[in-house]
Order: sequence, then C-alpha cells, then structure tokens
Amino acid sequence: MGLPKASAPSRGKGSAESAMAVVRSNPFEVKVNRQKFDILGRKTKNDVGLPGVSRSKAIKKRTQTLLKEYKEKEKTNVFKDKRFGEYNTKISPEEKMIRRFTLERQQNYGKKNIYNLNEDEELTHYGQSLAEIEKINDIVDSDSDTEERGTLSAELTAAHFGGGGGLLRKKASSGQEDEEEKPKSRKELIEELIAKSKQEKQVRQSQRESALELTEKLDNDWKEIQTLMARKTPKSERKDKEVEKPKPDEYDMIVRELGFEMKAKPSERMKTEEELAKEEQARLQKLEADRLRRMRGIDEQETKKKPSHVSADDLADGFILDKDDRRLLSYKDGKINIENEEEEEDKEQEEEEGEEEEEEGEEEEGGKEDNENDQSEEESAAEDEEDVAADNHSDLESDLESEEEAAGNKEEKKDETTGDESQNMEGLDPKMEAAKAELPYTFAVPESYETFKSLLAGRTIEQQLIILERIQKCNHPSLAVGNKTKLEKLFGFLLDYIGELANLDLPDLKAIDKLILPLYNLCQMFPEAAGGSMKFVLRDAAHDMEEAIEVKGRATFPGLDTLIYLKITSLLFPTSDFWHPVVTPAFIYMSQLLTKCRITTLQDVIKGLFICCLFLEYISLSRRFVPELINFLVGILHISLPKKQAQGYTVVHPFTPMGKNLELLLVCDKKDLESWQKQNLPLSIVNRLKEASRTEVNHIRLSCLALCFDLIKRCAVLYESLPSFHEIMHPVKILLTQHVPEWYHGALKELENKAKHYTPLVCEKKKPVPLKQYTPKIVKVLEFGRKQGGNKKEQERKRLIHKHKREFKGAVREIRKDNQFLARMQLSEIMERDSARKRKVKELLSSLATQEGEWKAMRRKKMKN
Amino acid sequence: MRHRYNDCVGWLAELMGHGSFHVKELSLCTLMKFVELEAEYPLVKVEWKGSFTFPRELLKVVVDGLIPLNEDASLLISRFQEYMEYDDIRYFVMKAVTESIGQVMQKTKERPLPFYQQNIFSLISPINMPNKERDLVKFMVKQDNREEWKVSKLQAHKQAFERMWLSFLKHKLPTGLYKKVLVILHDSILPYMNEPTLMIDFLTVAYGIGGAISLLALNGLFILIHQHNLEYPDFYKKLYSLLDPSIYHVKYRARFFHLLDLFLSSSHLPAYLVAAFIKRLSRLALTAPPEALLMVIPFICNLFRRHPACKVLVHRPNGPADLSEDPYIMEQEEPSESRALESSLWELQALQNHYYPDVAQAAAILNQSLSEIEDDISGLLELSASELFDKEVKKSAAIVPLEFEQVRGLFGKKNDIFAEHFSLD
Repeated sequence: MGLPKASAPSRGKGSAESAMAVVRSNPFEVKVNRQKFDILGRKTKNDVGLPGVSRSKAIKKRTQTLLKEYKEKEKTNVFKDKRFGEYNTKISPEEKMIRRFTLERQQNYGKKNIYNLNEDEELTHYGQSLAEIEKINDIVDSDSDTEERGTLSAELTAAHFGGGGGLLRKKASSGQEDEEEKPKSRKELIEELIAKSKQEKQVRQSQRESALELTEKLDNDWKEIQTLMARKTPKSERKDKEVEKPKPDEYDMIVRELGFEMKAKPSERMKTEEELAKEEQARLQKLEADRLRRMRGIDEQETKKKPSHVSADDLADGFILDKDDRRLLSYKDGKINIENEEEEEDKEQEEEEGEEEEEEGEEEEGGKEDNENDQSEEESAAEDEEDVAADNHSDLESDLESEEEAAGNKEEKKDETTGDESQNMEGLDPKMEAAKAELPYTFAVPESYETFKSLLAGRTIEQQLIILERIQKCNHPSLAVGNKTKLEKLFGFLLDYIGELANLDLPDLKAIDKLILPLYNLCQMFPEAAGGSMKFVLRDAAHDMEEAIEVKGRATFPGLDTLIYLKITSLLFPTSDFWHPVVTPAFIYMSQLLTKCRITTLQDVIKGLFICCLFLEYISLSRRFVPELINFLVGILHISLPKKQAQGYTVVHPFTPMGKNLELLLVCDKKDLESWQKQNLPLSIVNRLKEASRTEVNHIRLSCLALCFDLIKRCAVLYESLPSFHEIMHPVKILLTQHVPEWYHGALKELENKAKHYTPLVCEKKKPVPLKQYTPKIVKVLEFGRKQGGNKKEQERKRLIHKHKREFKGAVREIRKDNQFLARMQLSEIMERDSARKRKVKELLSSLATQEGEWKAMRRKKMKN
Repeated sequence: MRHRYNDCVGWLAELMGHGSFHVKELSLCTLMKFVELEAEYPLVKVEWKGSFTFPRELLKVVVDGLIPLNEDASLLISRFQEYMEYDDIRYFVMKAVTESIGQVMQKTKERPLPFYQQNIFSLISPINMPNKERDLVKFMVKQDNREEWKVSKLQAHKQAFERMWLSFLKHKLPTGLYKKVLVILHDSILPYMNEPTLMIDFLTVAYGIGGAISLLALNGLFILIHQHNLEYPDFYKKLYSLLDPSIYHVKYRARFFHLLDLFLSSSHLPAYLVAAFIKRLSRLALTAPPEALLMVIPFICNLFRRHPACKVLVHRPNGPADLSEDPYIMEQEEPSESRALESSLWELQALQNHYYPDVAQAAAILNQSLSEIEDDISGLLELSASELFDKEVKKSAAIVPLEFEQVRGLFGKKNDIFAEHFSLD
C-alpha cells in the first residue's frame, strides 16, 4: 500500500500562516515519512513533511536574495539603507526609534555652544521639569511663613518622621518662635532614652548574675551529691576532686587501681628468639617486595586506593603509637624492654615512651593521680589540662580559695612533668648524663634557623647529637599537638645546617656524617615534610643553575652542599622507584648538571665524577639507563688524551672535540705514574684545592681516571642486559682500545673481557591480531544517537567528519537548486522576450497589412475614378 | 661659504670617530640635520624641473662614519635606527653600504674584518622593509611629484636591499656572524628580495660547512626549495649526514626538528630512506638528554605512521631468531646502503629502561601497535630540562616512600661506591 503522494502545491500562495493551516488540513499536501519500527523514547523531528510549503518558502527566499542579486548584476550603483536597525527584525520598532534617538543625541552631544554649561539637558521628575517644581517650591515656602502653617507642618513631620523631622524642619523654617523649645524637649527625650536603656541593662545584668549564682550553687550542690554517689565518669570525678579534695585519699586510689586492673587486657605471650628473627625477616622481605613493585612502576593505582596497605611498609611510622599499645606497655614493665630489643630499628623512641609510662606508673603509687591520669589519657592530656585551668578560672569569682589551690596544683604538676622527663633521661643513658652534666635536659624546638644554630654553636658533634636527640624526645608529636609541625621544621633546619657545614672553607664532613642519623630518624617520622623540604632545596639549586644559564649562557657545577644533598637524598629515599616525588627531580637535576655545566678545572672533574657516582648509586638496584652518565665518562676519557688524536667517537655537549680545556686530565710524567698509589679522593678538594706540586696534581688526576675506569666497569656490569649495550658502549670501547695509552690497559683488561659478552638480539613480538568474527559484537548502548567506540579524540574526529559530510551534501544540494532556479528565471526571461518580439512582429505585420490594404483600396478607388 | 660648510662636514665626520659616545651622537645628529636641510635646499641648482635631489655624498659620509673598520659602533648604530624609519634615507643608506662594502673589501683583499662586518651587520640586520607600495609614505625629504621618483618604488627598494645583502654575504664571514645571518635569513631577508634564488650560492656553501651552521642553513634552503622551486641534488643524503650526536644538544634543536619533520612528511619518500633516518635518530638518542628523548620518540612514532613500510623496524615476525650483529651500518654515508631496513629498533627498547619515567613510558609505546592519528610534537619541540624539573617538582604525592635500610653515615650504605673512592677528609 503506497502512501498518498503529495501533490505539487499551487504556486504563489498568500501569507504563509494561512497557507500552512490550509495545507496541514489537506491530506494531499502532507508527506508522511513512514518509520520501519517504532522505537520507544525516540523523538522524531521529520515524521511529517510539507514539501509544497517548504518549496514555496525556498522559492520565496531565492526571489528575495538570489534573484535580486542576479538582476543587479553588472550594475554598479546600489542603494544602501544605513538607518539603524532597518533590516534587523529582532528589534521592535519602538526600540528602534529609541536607539535612533539616542544615536542622534550622541551625535549632537558636545557640539553645542561652549558657553552653554548646563542647559542642554533638562532634568525631569515624573515627566515634570525639575525647574518647574523648584518654582512651585518657592511659592510654598513663601506661604509657610504664617504661623499656622508652621505648626501644622511640625505636627505632621513629628508624626511621620519622629525626631528627625524636627531637625529637618529646623533647617527649613527660619525665625520661628518655638525654635527654642524644640531642641530642649529633644535633649530631654534623648536623656530619657539613655536612662531607660541603662536601667534595662542593669536589670539584665543583675538577672544574669543571679542566674549564674544559682547555677553555681546548683553545681556545688550537685557535686556534693555526686561525691556521695558512685563514681561513674573519670572526668567528672577529677573535676570534683580538684574542687573538693585536691589530695586524694587512700580509698580513691584503691578504687581507681581496681578499675584499671579490670580494664587491663590479656597480653601476648613472650616471643622466642626464632620467632623474632622470623618476624624480622618477613618484615624485610615485605619491604623489599614493596620496593620492587615501586621500581617497576606497576599498580600505582592500587597503592593509591589502599594507603593503609602501604603504610605497613614504613614500620618506622609506628612511632606514633596507639592508645591500646601504650596502656599495655605502661602496665607490663618486663615486656616492654624485651619488645624493644626485638623491634630493632624501632626505636629508642618507643622505649623511651615505655619508660616514661613506667615511671608514671610508679608515681601513681606515690599518689599523684591527677597528673598520671592526664598523661595516660593520651594526646588529650594537654587539652584536659587546659580544661582544668579553664574550670579554675570560671571559679575565680566565686571562691578564691579553690583558685589558689588549683594554681598551686598546676605548678606542682609542671614541676613533676619536667622532673619526669629529666628522670627519664637519666634512666635512659645515665653514663652520658654523667659525662655531659652541663647540658640541659629539655630543649624547646627552635623556631628559626638562627636559634637552632645558636643552640648548636660551640658544641662538639657528640653534644650536638645529644641535643638533637633530646629535642626530638622532649617534643615527640604524641606529647603535644603542635609538636609535629615544630619537629617538621627541625628537619629543614638540620638540612640547612648540613649545607652550611659543607660550604665551609674546610668542610666538616665528619660532623655531617654523624648528623645523617638524626636526619634519617626525622625523615622516618615525617616523610611528607622531609620530602617537601628536600624538594625545596633541590628546586632552589635547580633555579640557581637556570638563572646562571640565562644570565651568563653557561652554568658551573654547584658547591659541595648540593652534592651532599643529592647524596642524602639517596640515603633517605628509595632511589629505585619508577617514580618518586623527590628522587625523580633529583635525577633530572643531576642530568642537567652533567649536560650543562662547563668543565674548566680539576675540581669540576671531581664534582662531575661525584655526580656520576651518585647516578650509579641511584640506579644500582633498578639498573636504569642513564645516557648522560656514559657521555660524561667518555668526555672524561677524552680530556685525558693528548690533543689531535684520530677520533672514531664523538663527544657531546659539555665536552668539545676541540677547545682550551682539553688536556685537563693528561698525565705525561711517567715517574708520577709509577709513584701513584690508589687512594681515596678527599672531598674537601671540591671546596678548596690546595697548592700542590705537580706530582700531587698528577696523582689526583690519576685517581680521577681510576675512578672513571671503575665507573665504566660498573656501568658495563649494570647495562649488560640492555639490548643495545654495544651501541651504548661503542665510544668507550673505541677510546679504550685505540686511544688510551698502553699503561692504562692493565686496569682495563677486566672490563674488556666483560664487554665482549654479546647478548643475542630478539625482535619484538606483537599480539596476534584476532580473526574477524561474524558473531555479532555486543556493545552496551549508553546513550542513544551517539557513536560508540574509540577514545575521546577519535570520537571527536568522527563527529567532525560526519558533520562535514552532511554540510557538504547540503551545500551541494543548495547550489544545485540555486542553479536550477536561476536557469528557470533565465528561461522565463527569454520566453518573455521572445513572446514580446513575436507580438511586435505581428503588430508590425498587421500594420503593414492594413497599410497595404488601405493603399490598395485607395488605388482601386482611383482606378474607379 | 660653501668651503666653510664642506670643512664643517669633514670635521663632523671625523668627530664621529671620537672617543666619547656623546660627541659621536651629537655629530651624527648634526650631520643628519644637514642631510635633511641640504635635500630641501640643494647646493647645486636643479637642472630641470622635476628632477630629484638627495645629498648622497653627505649620506655616504655618515654611513662611512657609522661603520668604522676597527671598533664596535653598535651603540651609535642603534641611535641611527630612528632615521632608518624614513624610506628615502633607508634607500640611500642601502646603496651607500653596498658601495662601501665594495670599496673596503677590494682594498683588504678578502681578509676578514670582524669589526667592520659586525658593524655592517648591526646596521643592516634591523632594516625593516615595507611590504606594500603604499606603505612607502614616510619620507624625510618632501618632493613634489613623488610618484615618479625612483625612491618611491618598492621594486627599487627591493633591488637595493638585495644588492646590499649579496655584496655583504659575498665575502667570508666569522662563524658567529654566519650564524646570526642564518638565523634571520628566512624571515627578514629572503621575503624582501626580488630574486631569492640568488641566495642559493651562499646557502649551499653554508650547508656544506657542517655542524650548527648547516642546521641553520637548512631553513633558508627549505624556503628556496619549497617556494622557489629549487632543485637540490642529494638533499636527503646531506640531511642524513647532518645527523650527529650534537643535534640533541644544540640550541637550535627545536628549529631543526621542525624542519626535519617537514622534510620527512612526504609520503612519497622511499622506505629505506625513512628507515635509515629512524635508525640513525634512535641510535643517536642513546646519548640524548631526557627532554630531547621526550620529543624524538613521538617523532619516530609519527614517522612509522606516515611510512607503514618501516614498521618492520619494530615488528618483524618472521625474521631470523638470532643475530650476532646489528645489520645497520652507522658509518655509512649513503642511506640506501645503511641496511637500516634489515635492523630493528633495539635502541628504543633500551630506552624503555631509561631513568626518567616519562621517557620509559614513551618508549614503551613501541611495544603496542600504533594508533592511526599522529602525535602532535609541536609542543614538545621547545621542551627544556628546567621545565621538566619544574613539572616533576610540582607533582604532589600523597605518600613519600622511604628508604628502609638504616643509614650508618654519609657513605654508610651497603656496597657504597663513594666509600671506595672518596674520603671524608
């Protein structure tokens, strides 16, 4: 069954609106696009079409635009209507007029007579000229001169505006009698008001005071009653004690002890030696497995999802102990010590705490309940203390006695706590205490670097270490809330201090060596903060270098402090991680150092070699490939050669094939060569090269070269497994075999043997492409009308292609229709012209015929005549 | 009167070589004022109405003063730049410079004069040529019927410009100057020449020098090849020989790789050639810093996408199981004989072990089949190490993993390399 085909609409219909209505009702005008399937929820735009209407619309549009253009073709003059918004249908005619008006005004503005200052604009209010109103006002004023008017208006204003009206009126009216009275009454009124408000205030205050008194009384009563009742909550109990009887009696103590004993849980049994060893081994294994996982850079997401799992890796964090643990420790004296021995790394800190608790336990027996209670109740201790203080202050007004008592209590407490700590210290290492009796036992964490330095100034390194240790212990984060941030700062200070020590003319490396340990401990406590400050240090160094490059165009190697920092980084953080927030920037920084810094002196060479060592240490576990390292080593070998040697290798950036610093490491003297003994390079050289004899300098050079050879050896071992090992080592090999003089070869034999080992090359494999299947691919449709598959970029591309195709088609169709329309127009023009011509010819012929006829008739007439 | 005037001009010209900059500047300004006035009121009577006068001799004196033979006059020249805004002055200065070069160089017989050339360069390099004829409106001297005057023709300007540069470049230049010329060549010299192909000799010589100069000459050559239909024999062979380890380290890396990308974008290049380029680039990448690696790995991937025939380099399913040597010959100058197509990209495989995680990840892409769409490398071309560093430092991590091995001191690790070679003295 075919659908009724829409007949062509009759042309030239009138207004579109009425036509549409007519057309819609006419079934012959409507074309229905039948759908094969009805799909629920799909909205169809084009189910019904009106071909006739749309066609007539299109034709109309073309006659308006295209035809016009066509007719005006090759005609130069065009009439342009430049009136504002003439063709803009969006603006209503009214608005159009307004806009035109404003434009006109704007045009005229400023062109007026310069002496007309204010008169071009007439101000209006509600359509009335303000000037007019002013005139009327004057009249009113003159009227109000009479007394009656004045009083009436005064009443009115008073009624409407209150006191303010009087003031206003006072200004407005001048020379009135009641003027003297008015301000007086006002003054009175205000005074009255003030008095009233004061009174109210007083009443309120007294009420509140009485309420306070009442509540206080009630409190006291309640406390009295409460003491009679059984003790329920420790807090209220304590408060009560402080107020009522600051010195606990024996009975209370027994009750409390019993209460605690009830709460004590059964503890774990003691572990045997084997078990302990096993545990330790398991822990290390777990840590190692973790490290490997990070090195491969896999399942980082996973770790992100469960941070708790990762936190197991730093057992060192266990410094911050749980409530339960502490309680357990405090009551099981014997066990603590053993456990401390077991848990090896962990911690003098914990031990410390344990002992603290112990001693508190002893004190408990002594009868200092309040104090002990505070301490055992974990971190809230300080807060509680404050609570107590606050309570005391609230009581301040009511009874002075208790206040005094409380104050005394507090002082007592303070003495005790300090005493506690000092005792602890003594308990911990009595020998040291005896030796360094002059050192204070407690230290506040220094707030600034200056105070920190002054703290350490003039002390021996051992004393400094003890000071640091004590600072850490006295300000353990579990003791007070603010301690964590303070200690975090301490890490930064320590870093600065180390940098300063390294930058001395004679760097105190031994001290730095010792200071590493506290640094490590602090880092274990606050990994984030430590990482942050380490990054900060590195960033500063990198920015310094960048600046130097920008300003001078070249960079120099940094001082010893930066080298030490880089070394410390490798001590504090795992360098084998695939990505690490501190180590990865350090890597990039070192790479920059090796590629950008000029090498002009022997010290530069040593610094460079130090960085090479760092690189090797960083990658010793992960065996990652560092191109800069090989480049640098090749460069070092290159500068050890005499000039103008035949080359089969190329050196890159910091080294040049030709230049002034070429023979920096060249040793020509055979005697020095023979007298040279392998010795370690002292790091202090980096800061200051002593005036040395030529032999000594040559010895340093030889040490550098030995180091270089050793590094090459290590590289060869590390990179053996890389597929293009030989390409990487190619320049080194050429240098060693061809250019380096004979007398180095003894040290190289080993390396060459190793380098000969060649790994077979394997081609990369790809996943086999699966065969195309004819089973339908089932895809979840998440959104209708949207193309599935591909990533976002691809989808966007597909969408654009689709859009382009559609637009292109549409444009082609439009152009075709335009051409058809034009052709039609041209044809009709031609037809018209032809018909006109035909008509004219006909006319001519007929006129000729009539002429001829007339002429013939005339002739016939004449003939007749 | 005229004699006095001439004497005065002579002295002023001498004063331009005076020690103090202030004196120099004043004399320069005075002379330029003279130029202006003399143009307006010519010394010699105009022969016929409509002829144009310009004090060329006087301007020549000024120009000679500006480019002394053996001292750096860049300060004075920068002061002079404001006069170069005038179209007529610029035109006659260009002519005067051309003359001066001809005279001086003939005298010195090809001996390089670094200061002289440096001065000329700083005088002529900032010349701002007009683009259209109607831009030629700013004249120092007002003439009545300007339209017929030669100076108001763009063609004449271009010719003078071209002559000047050609005569300047005809002689041997110091290396630093060479680089400077090449850097500005493509956008401030070539477009304003009537016959840019005249530069071909200069560019060919520069291209043959090697190193950074060759890299820079590439840009000019490209414009000539691309827009002026230049035939360059063995272009790709030379391009191939330009690839050496320094390309990853030089300052002009971004520019070079941009051009290399253009040259290798044609899909009509033979596979062996592209393979040779890929292999060479990746071989050289073994010595490259991370920022260059981040750029070159996507670059190589793009080459694979454009030339799928080269994919055998990363995917050779039926190849020999075991090779004893890499078939690719690095030393071979001719790309067609380098046997690159028989090789594989082991270098990139090695880079998968790179220490910088981004590089390792980028190199690992080669293990998977490539997507169709090319990577956009324009953003990576200018990457610098400090940018990388900043990026890494800014990354925030929730957890900072820690070393679990207890330290014993600065060099106290297990098997510490430092302990073997350094002492804490």
